[in-house]
Amino acid sequence: MKRWLPLLVFLILAGFLAKGLFLNPREVPSPLIGKAAPAFSLPVVGNAEAAFTPESMRGQVWLLNVWAPWCVACRQEHAFLMQLARSGAPPIVGLNWKDKSREADALLARTGNPYRAVPDDLDGRVGIDYGVTGTPETYLIDRDGIVRLKHVGPIDESAWNKKFEPKLKEIGT
Amino acid sequence: MKNWLLAILLAWALPALALDTLTPAPPAGPAAREAPPTAADPEIEQRLVKLATDLRCLVCQNESLAGSHSELAEDLRREIRDQMRQGKDDNEVIAYLTERYGDFVLYRPPFKPVTWLLWLGPLLFLGIGLAIWYVVLRRRRAAAPDTVDASALAAAARILEEKSDK
Repeated sequence: MKRWLPLLVFLILAGFLAKGLFLNPREVPSPLIGKAAPAFSLPVVGNAEAAFTPESMRGQVWLLNVWAPWCVACRQEHAFLMQLARSGAPPIVGLNWKDKSREADALLARTGNPYRAVPDDLDGRVGIDYGVTGTPETYLIDRDGIVRLKHVGPIDESAWNKKFEPKLKEIGT
Repeated sequence: MKNWLLAILLAWALPALALDTLTPAPPAGPAAREAPPTAADPEIEQRLVKLATDLRCLVCQNESLAGSHSELAEDLRREIRDQMRQGKDDNEVIAYLTERYGDFVLYRPPFKPVTWLLWLGPLLFLGIGLAIWYVVLRRRRAAAPDTVDASALAAAARILEEKSDK
């Protein structure tokens, strides 16, 4: 027993380090989970007169997808969002985050628009209220306006099946 | 050889020296893009830097909010500046940030149940070390009692005596 003790200690340590190696440091736990989605009112891309508020989505489960035209990972995610939008999944609202080049409208017209609405967060203040650290990030918000899930990074098939589907079932759509 | 090298280096450096003295200083004002002007209030700027040194930039996670050049860090500094100008104290600003980004923004996490192990871990390990030390010492003492038999002592004394005689 005594002879194996150093090996045992080493294995435990190695186990922790190996686990740490595969953790994603970007996955910061969001303090917003279980709390009301912060309110805001922003003009909508393509229609400066209209304003979007999260309040207007009350009564439905929806996704708030934070994206930007300059974001490469968002383009990667775009195809899956299009697929989601066609499949009748929860409506997606695309918060256009810090789009200084004003390209969102043209880009969506060219590549397809998976979004129900595209609120325009030019100075990034709404992003800060949601604790956005980068694009893309996606929040799942329930009928009562409570944030149920936050996903950092592009959504793909596996992230959808592993994280979003179970949560949606739990909420009951 | 050395002089020759020096001459070449000097010749190469001279135009630069000349340029340095000839080029007019860049005009102050909006044309100079370096170092965006800090807030008009140096007191707030000082508070901002002091506070932001202990806050984590969420984009480059090993940099402080004070030192990071990322856009998000700039936005957050702007936000903190605005709040300080509104008369909020440091604790209120920290509460504002942790509400949005969690305790992760703090380089000094608060002392609460989930961080007990983090804060007390070193003490815990010190305790374990002391316990092991104590056990090992006690065992060693128990294993090696002071029993030197009399004949061996006498033999040693004889040898010592012989040596000192010589």
